[in-house]
Amino acid sequence: MGAGVDPALVLLALTSVLLLGSSRLTRGIRIVAFQGILLGGLTVAAHAHELSARVVALALLILALKGAAFPWLLSRVLQRADVRREVEPLVSYIISMMAGTLALAFSFWLSARLPLPSLPISTLAVPVALFTTQVGLFLIVSRRTALMQVLAYLVLENGIYTFGVGVVQGTPMIVELGILLDVFVAVFVMGIAIFHINREFDHIDANQLTLLTDWTG
Amino acid sequence: MSLIALLLIPTLLGIGTFFMKNDARRRAVLVVGAAAHASLVAATWAFPPAPLLGGWLLLDRLGQLFLTITSALFLAAALYAVGYLRREQRAAHRDFEEGLLFTNAPEATFTACLLFFLAAMTLVTVSQALGLLWIAIEATTLASAPLIYFHRHHRSLEATWKYLLICSVGIALALLGNFFLAVAASTRDGARVPLVLDSLIGAAGSLHVAWLKATLLLLLVGYGTKMGLAPLHTWLPDAHSEAPSVVSALLSGALLNCAFLGILRVQQVCAAAGQARFGQDLFVGFGLLSMAVAAVFIIGQTDFKRLLAYSSVEHMGILILGIGLGGAANFGALLHAVNHSLTKAMLFLVAGNILTVYRSKSAVGVGGIMRVLPASGVLWIAGFFAITGSPPFGPFLSEFTILKAALDQGRGGVACAYLVLLAIIFVGMITVALGMAQGPADDRWRLARPSESLLAIGPPAALAVVVLILGLYVPPAMHTAIEEAAHLLG
Repeated sequence: MGAGVDPALVLLALTSVLLLGSSRLTRGIRIVAFQGILLGGLTVAAHAHELSARVVALALLILALKGAAFPWLLSRVLQRADVRREVEPLVSYIISMMAGTLALAFSFWLSARLPLPSLPISTLAVPVALFTTQVGLFLIVSRRTALMQVLAYLVLENGIYTFGVGVVQGTPMIVELGILLDVFVAVFVMGIAIFHINREFDHIDANQLTLLTDWTG
Repeated sequence: MSLIALLLIPTLLGIGTFFMKNDARRRAVLVVGAAAHASLVAATWAFPPAPLLGGWLLLDRLGQLFLTITSALFLAAALYAVGYLRREQRAAHRDFEEGLLFTNAPEATFTACLLFFLAAMTLVTVSQALGLLWIAIEATTLASAPLIYFHRHHRSLEATWKYLLICSVGIALALLGNFFLAVAASTRDGARVPLVLDSLIGAAGSLHVAWLKATLLLLLVGYGTKMGLAPLHTWLPDAHSEAPSVVSALLSGALLNCAFLGILRVQQVCAAAGQARFGQDLFVGFGLLSMAVAAVFIIGQTDFKRLLAYSSVEHMGILILGIGLGGAANFGALLHAVNHSLTKAMLFLVAGNILTVYRSKSAVGVGGIMRVLPASGVLWIAGFFAITGSPPFGPFLSEFTILKAALDQGRGGVACAYLVLLAIIFVGMITVALGMAQGPADDRWRLARPSESLLAIGPPAALAVVVLILGLYVPPAMHTAIEEAAHLLG
């Protein structure tokens, strides 16, 4: 297995914890961009023993999209939206970090019990993937700005991708590309939606999107 | 060849319409594309298309059934859309709920997204590779999100945001489910069964059972979110009520089925692996819960588009309940998918006609449709009786098939709950529909003498006729086709 796998996985987990405690949106974008770069590196490191043009191309594409294109797009949205910080999160940053620690412990506990038919690239791969996925889900429900929710969606996706690259070798190229394309379009459409939300509502607090309900009649 | 054409025609026409300047020509392209797609789909029944990409794209009976529903609905919706877009052509509209001014999204974007939506749904029905199926289902979300935000005001934006985020997260979980399936399909020596339906079913005995169960759970939650199963349905009423009616018709009649197909595919694998029971128990639970949640929100619902949306939650519950019962109920569920799609699409199209004249989504603000819009009024009443499972319409037959299967299997409790919920929903829905159709019409609407154009009445009327015929007589060819499809589910 490649040499850089474990450091990349550790950094991935650390950046997820960092995101749990950060209130500034620009910093959130930077963290997620860094995770994108990590995933590009992880893709190469995981296949270090049989490096092919296919793998390198995929890694470069991940770098270009997750490390550069998404952060650029989201920064543009942020500039237009004139919001700097996450407004009052539903769960405070301290509690979020503590919940993150618990989730990390849970992920290690769980992955020690998962019977894997084939060996993953590293013993860290499954716990870190599960942890990152949980952080993504947690952030989506506990943060209020629409932009932070998109970042959380990306973290969720990063966690799932880590599981894929760590445990499932040899996913067909067309499927990998299709997944990337879908995520790209998703972020693009969400970016446009945030832009419109900002124009319509003068804020991007998704928690205030509460007009549609059954209870006001 | 014809599979390629089915996928490429809407994609290319979609790109074309995006750059077209002339409104009339663009609408013509939409209808021509829909008609071409529908005729190609019809041709697949006579000449089964060859598989492509080494079996990744293949039209089996199950896919063909859903593809046919989708294509037929799209043709009806395309014709309706021509009239709809003509009516919507003004520069700015006054929002009838809050009195604000808003504009529409550019018509070119709308038409292009409609066609991309069709292409994505076609890909869902022909995908045999589960990875590709996932990509296609996510693509349907992305292509349809701009459609919901056609009326550019903050309520539709809120609905679009909820739809995008909730469905994307759900589908992300389904992606994790696909990776779990890959783990389940791995063998000790590092080789792996390809994640294509045929191979998976062929090698079902060697799949890792615990991982397969986890896969089913994740895919059920993931695709179930998209399908609108309670308690994952929260995006559905908002999206269906805020989207233009023609889009609601497609969302409810075609899109929900696509997600349902995703769940059916994984159940096919589980059934082949001898694990059918595991999923079925979950399906029965989700089915009854969806019906119960729908019943709660249907009673006393005043927004008639939300009413139709909750009715979709109910019917998705019936579909998954049917699959959960299995056996003869599989046939009932698939027949019900056809009936529900046609009826619900027709109701949403009629709701569009009502909205155009009354400019209110509140059932309280609408009265005397029979006097103001006689044709729409008749269709509205007929549609409500059909969707609530009254004879002689199609849904009655399919709901009855599911009930009979439940009783034959000796599951009296399930049958009882099913009947009670159907009865509650029947009362809730019919009360609203009759209140809207009957009664005196306010002079405002009657004196305006709104005309009902052929494009506004033709498509829903055609769907209504089919629903009526299916209630009286299921053609033997169709019966065989659905039986073959149900057979695939084990």
